[in-house]
Amino acid sequence: MFKHYFELVDNVAIYPIISLTIFFLFFIGLGIHVMRMKTKHIEELEQLPLGDDDIQPSNPSMP
Amino acid sequence: MITQEKTTENAHTKPVLEQFAYDNKIVRAFMIATTVFGIVGMSVGLLAAIQLFYPLFNFETSFLSFGRIRPLHTNAVIFAFVGNAIFAGVYHSMPRLLKAPMFSKTLSWIHFWGWQLIILAAAITLPLGFTSGKEYAELEWPIDIAITVIWVVFGWNMIGTVLKRRERHMYVAIWFYLASFVTVAVLHVVNSFELPIALFKSYSAYAGVQDALVQWWYGHNAVAFFLTTPFLGLMYYYLPKAANRPVYSYRLSIIHFWSLIFIYIWAGPHHLLYTSLPDWAQSLGTVFSIMLIAPSWGGMLNGLLTLRGAWDKVREDPVLKFMVVAVTAYGMATFEGPMLSLKNVNAISHFTDWTIAHVHVGGLGWNGFLTFGMLYWLVPKMWGTKLFSVKLANTHFWMGTLGIIFYALPLYWAGFTQSLMWKEFTGDGFLQYPNFLQTVTQIIPMYVMRAIGGAIYLGGVFVMVYNLWKTAAQGKFIAEEKAEAPALKKNVRVTGGHWHSVLERKPVLFTVLSFVAILIGGLIEMVPTFLIQSNVPTIAAVKPYTPLELEGRDLYIREGCVNCHSQMVRPFRSEVERYGEYSKAGEFVYDHPFLWGSKRTGPDLHRVGGGEYGNSWHYKHMYDPTTMSPGSIMPPYPWLLKNDYDKEGIKKKITAMRTLGVPYPAGYEEQAVKDMEQQAQAIVADLKKDKIETQPDREIVALIAYLQRLGTDIKEKETPSEAEATVTE
Repeated sequence: MFKHYFELVDNVAIYPIISLTIFFLFFIGLGIHVMRMKTKHIEELEQLPLGDDDIQPSNPSMP
Repeated sequence: MITQEKTTENAHTKPVLEQFAYDNKIVRAFMIATTVFGIVGMSVGLLAAIQLFYPLFNFETSFLSFGRIRPLHTNAVIFAFVGNAIFAGVYHSMPRLLKAPMFSKTLSWIHFWGWQLIILAAAITLPLGFTSGKEYAELEWPIDIAITVIWVVFGWNMIGTVLKRRERHMYVAIWFYLASFVTVAVLHVVNSFELPIALFKSYSAYAGVQDALVQWWYGHNAVAFFLTTPFLGLMYYYLPKAANRPVYSYRLSIIHFWSLIFIYIWAGPHHLLYTSLPDWAQSLGTVFSIMLIAPSWGGMLNGLLTLRGAWDKVREDPVLKFMVVAVTAYGMATFEGPMLSLKNVNAISHFTDWTIAHVHVGGLGWNGFLTFGMLYWLVPKMWGTKLFSVKLANTHFWMGTLGIIFYALPLYWAGFTQSLMWKEFTGDGFLQYPNFLQTVTQIIPMYVMRAIGGAIYLGGVFVMVYNLWKTAAQGKFIAEEKAEAPALKKNVRVTGGHWHSVLERKPVLFTVLSFVAILIGGLIEMVPTFLIQSNVPTIAAVKPYTPLELEGRDLYIREGCVNCHSQMVRPFRSEVERYGEYSKAGEFVYDHPFLWGSKRTGPDLHRVGGGEYGNSWHYKHMYDPTTMSPGSIMPPYPWLLKNDYDKEGIKKKITAMRTLGVPYPAGYEEQAVKDMEQQAQAIVADLKKDKIETQPDREIVALIAYLQRLGTDIKEKETPSEAEATVTE
């Protein structure tokens, strides 16, 4: 049906190469970024789920 | 380094705390739904399991026959049980992580009731035989549209919440939720391109190899982005919560997220190894599947290592017990998956019960146990009390664990046994077990044990329901939890930080990037089959189905035959010997949808047509399979002998097929009914020779026509173009 449209794309073979390059560079970048993240910031982030326990209301009918 | 530029005059005043409340009612609703549909879905699964060794349990009624019950089971556990569990977890954790109630209560409730109505629609239409024939996407087009709408409501509600959050950084769990939303939307829409011909009947827009590729791109990523990534989000929230310590490595979680969503989307073709899919696509699937071990195990270790120094708690806390087994099951399933994607392993495992065992380690272990852990953690919190009985929770834990073992081990055994029997040759070079049924009766004891395992697991769920019910009864439901937090100041510009930190502050950009990541994989996988003609070599001898055959094919789809019978002879000596010439890509060009199947509970049917089995054999076999194959576990289909097919409907079907590119001549639909009658008369006359009286408009006649056509196109005449096609492969 729509394969006709893809046939019109010039040099379509270059797309896989481009995407591989994007992937590769992205992961290199991601790796470097993660290595360089400040430990203090990381600690802040990983505490996010744990912070809200103090706002659990106490229930008067609790045993 | 993050710096805040304060641009307002009151920058030095203390931030004002805003009061708000988290809505627990919607969480409770989804929790009840997941529990109820868990029990329903698993019970239906148990019924299907029993049908496999005790065909009496098909009850000789179309509504409860295995071919219709099996999709009901898979849809119920995936979309109703796991789906509602995801929503319960998201609606509970997301507001707390973002320090903001969900964007809109109205949207939340539309989402809830919409989803339950979709489940109800599925529960009605699937037993009635309304199915698209595509695995895990069986629901027909009106329900597909409803799913799309409700899914958008869910996403809208989530993104709205993210936008009005009071916590600048989005915790990793939120990324998993957002990526799941975006990806499932894309998968569902692309795989659901279908041409409606009636209220509950449509044809897939894709045909044959392309349909298979789109379907398994969807099917595999339904596992990835419905059963895995949302649950990883839940794991990253509830495991640290339950263990009361932060995740082992937040850095690892960042890598885990991006590598998982980048790689998962490519792995679909591993469901099609040794099929007629072009080799390059198969290899692509294998390579990416192997690569998946790294992020999957990274995530699993991240979960397990979160418990470092807290393993003593695991001995006492049932919540942690469930979660540890869940994460371990995730690790096992995600190691096994890539192994099954190796062609040499797949040659043994594919089409057998090994696959069923594999998915149930994931389903019962990972999804089931994480859901149970989450429920055991949530109910006491939300009802402001303690768990009614830790002992009962431990009982559930052991019943569940034993249930999984009793379920999976016999099926591994069954899978190996049957596959080896299929491939066994005698010293003289003949098949050792030429009768397929021999390989089925051999593994029936395993089917019995699997059902026992499933029953134990389901029993455990009832124990949980009782325990949670009592827990709720002794507490008092906290409908709203009050909280306070300072607002994110709009006029504060946060600049700097690493680019990923910037990303974590920009949810829309983040969502778009996730979208791009999954789109690249999908496009590269699928576009070439649409693009490069030589990927699907055409075979001149392959002709469109006759009207009667097309009608029969629709009956084949309606009865869910594809759930037990493949139509894909793989290029192995054992299969060519057993079934005939291996299947070629060009033979399926008119198949909307493709019906290759994924499991051989019965034999492959691609070459069943034209010869060995006469019309009367099929007639008697469909009436009662055991008369022709003593010991057969196939359900009987007596209604096919009584019901008439819709003769006039064929016009629409022919027109629809032509719209999709099947070369019926213009105006053929007018002649179709006549051709149909003619072909039916011939079959009726042939049956009469064997003293079988029937009418030409009975459903069985159309089904026989289709079965007799299967795989005969290239059997009949060897044409030069067909020979060429074989060579190009």
